[in-house]
Amino acid sequence: MLEIGKKTETCIVTTKLYDELCKDYRFREGLKACINCGTCTAICPAAEFYRYDPRKIVDTVQRKDDSEIEALLRSETIWYCGECMSCMTRCPRSNAPGKVIMALRNLSVKLGYFTESERGRQIYPLTEAINRNILEYGYCVYPDTFRFEDHPESGPVWKWHLEHKEASYARMGANYKGKGPGALRQIAPEDMSELKAIFDVSGGTERTALVEEFSRKKAEEMGMSMEEYRRHTFEHCSDIHFNND
Amino acid sequence: MIYQGKQKIWSDYQKDIPDDHWYYARSCIRQSFFPASEKYFLKICRDLLGKDICDNEHHTTCGGIAYHSDTIPQETAMTIVARQFALMTECGYDNLVVSCITSFGNYTETIETWREFPELEARIRENLWKACRREFKIPKYIAHASDLVYKFRNQIAENAQYRLVDKETGEPLKIVEHIGCHYSKMFPHKGVGGAEYPCVLSGMVESWGGQVIDYPERRHCCGFGFRQYLVKANRGYCVSNTHKKFESMEPYHPDAIITNCPGCPYFLDRWQYVIAEQTGKTYGQNGYGIPVFTYEELAGLVLGENPWDLGLQVHQVAVEPFLDKIGIEYKPSEKYLGLNKEDLLRPEMPQVLKCH
Ligand code: SF4
Ligand code: SF4
Repeated sequence: MLEIGKKTETCIVTTKLYDELCKDYRFREGLKACINCGTCTAICPAAEFYRYDPRKIVDTVQRKDDSEIEALLRSETIWYCGECMSCMTRCPRSNAPGKVIMALRNLSVKLGYFTESERGRQIYPLTEAINRNILEYGYCVYPDTFRFEDHPESGPVWKWHLEHKEASYARMGANYKGKGPGALRQIAPEDMSELKAIFDVSGGTERTALVEEFSRKKAEEMGMSMEEYRRHTFEHCSDIHFNND
Repeated sequence: MIYQGKQKIWSDYQKDIPDDHWYYARSCIRQSFFPASEKYFLKICRDLLGKDICDNEHHTTCGGIAYHSDTIPQETAMTIVARQFALMTECGYDNLVVSCITSFGNYTETIETWREFPELEARIRENLWKACRREFKIPKYIAHASDLVYKFRNQIAENAQYRLVDKETGEPLKIVEHIGCHYSKMFPHKGVGGAEYPCVLSGMVESWGGQVIDYPERRHCCGFGFRQYLVKANRGYCVSNTHKKFESMEPYHPDAIITNCPGCPYFLDRWQYVIAEQTGKTYGQNGYGIPVFTYEELAGLVLGENPWDLGLQVHQVAVEPFLDKIGIEYKPSEKYLGLNKEDLLRPEMPQVLKCH
């Protein structure tokens, strides 16, 4: 955990955040110099849907004002981006607001600020689902954990498919849970151990634990069990996010 | 060859895709939703085109979905990528062909970032050695699997049993193409045709007899948005983006959509179902949707593969009107049977969207 995360109350943090962002390669690649032209906002699918303006975010961090950066890290705003990187193609100054967002999110998680916004808290169900899929199965997305109840939009055809998973995958030529190569093969234990070791040496394990720790605190504060908190953060959507103008 | 004038400008958008010897990296999403597409990609490359493609069982997810959902640090994503490179190196290959646009972006970004920050590459090499005792060479070439299908599109056309043509009128079918954001929006020079003139899919469509439709929101995102789909509370973002695209393409009456990324066909297919059930609106003819295909599925269809071997039965939007327009033969009664013709019952029918 970062030292500065503990010191927010005493405001020692206020000169450090910009420097912390600069340690993130995505930040260094994503922000050269913004001329505030707004091209990124014009092309951004999130800006149309949410109360979200990538130009303002890039401008805020460019000003290096740590109190404003801290407000961003605690805000809903940084969680609206879809990381489509449409902005990266179009910025006339070769910035990539989507990458700046990735760096901001990374710092928000490290400092535990993500639990202060509804959209930030979603890092918990995301981490729980995706990192578990990776470490248990070797896939980011995996049929055994793709529950129809959580995905009614997958349609009656996918409900049928999931009810007949083995036979349906066999029909489509997959090697579902099989040995050897092929789609959806079972990834061998020695390969899974390597993935786990990669998580251990590269900060993935530490990150998962940190998200869990901050989320546990927040769940307690909200008077929820971890399962209630997971469901709530996965499903609850208040109406403060949308760009209804 | 020395290019001049317009030819020179256009040559900047071309990719000199190696002809043979590829190491294949599969996609979590394509394997889960379109496993037959990966099977047919390998079949086309190996059996029809006679190419050497290594399908190594030891590789895993590239971590791209986790990376773009912000659940793993950049170093973790890069070390997973480095392990994939190591497996490729150990198998004796230099060319990596990947089955997913998110992976394609992830591998490309990793290499581009290392180029700018060599100290990061050194650290990732250390990580990989510590974790797996492996070393790697950076691939000489990274292609998306569709780049290969594009490169060999004319050979596929020469072997085709069907063309993308209306059998009644003889007119080319109208096809919408969707290349997926991470194919060329991040690193335009890595995609065929760049971000301005991406032709990886339109080249296939034209070569196989169809006509590509241009429409205002052609390059708009499908709306996946990683966390925007993976968290149930956020999915309004996804369906709104898809809705915007369908409203924009509707006046052009497309017969089908061809996609590059494995996520986009799932979203463009399923959100049509949701829009139909929620609002009563359908975008195809007579209450049907517009069928959405992966490029492997479309290649398989023109080559005369059985639609149910291609996995078209797990699309929510019925593909039959499209097959009928071309005159592709299929057995309706076998649509939902298992591999050995066992009865697997049938899915329920949606209330609004017409299906078979
Ligand atoms: S990456 Fe984020 S900020 Fe950039 S265009 Fe996409 S949604 Fe908008
Ligand atoms: S497009 Fe680039 S220069 Fe223009 S506002 Fe966005 S980040 Fe700044």
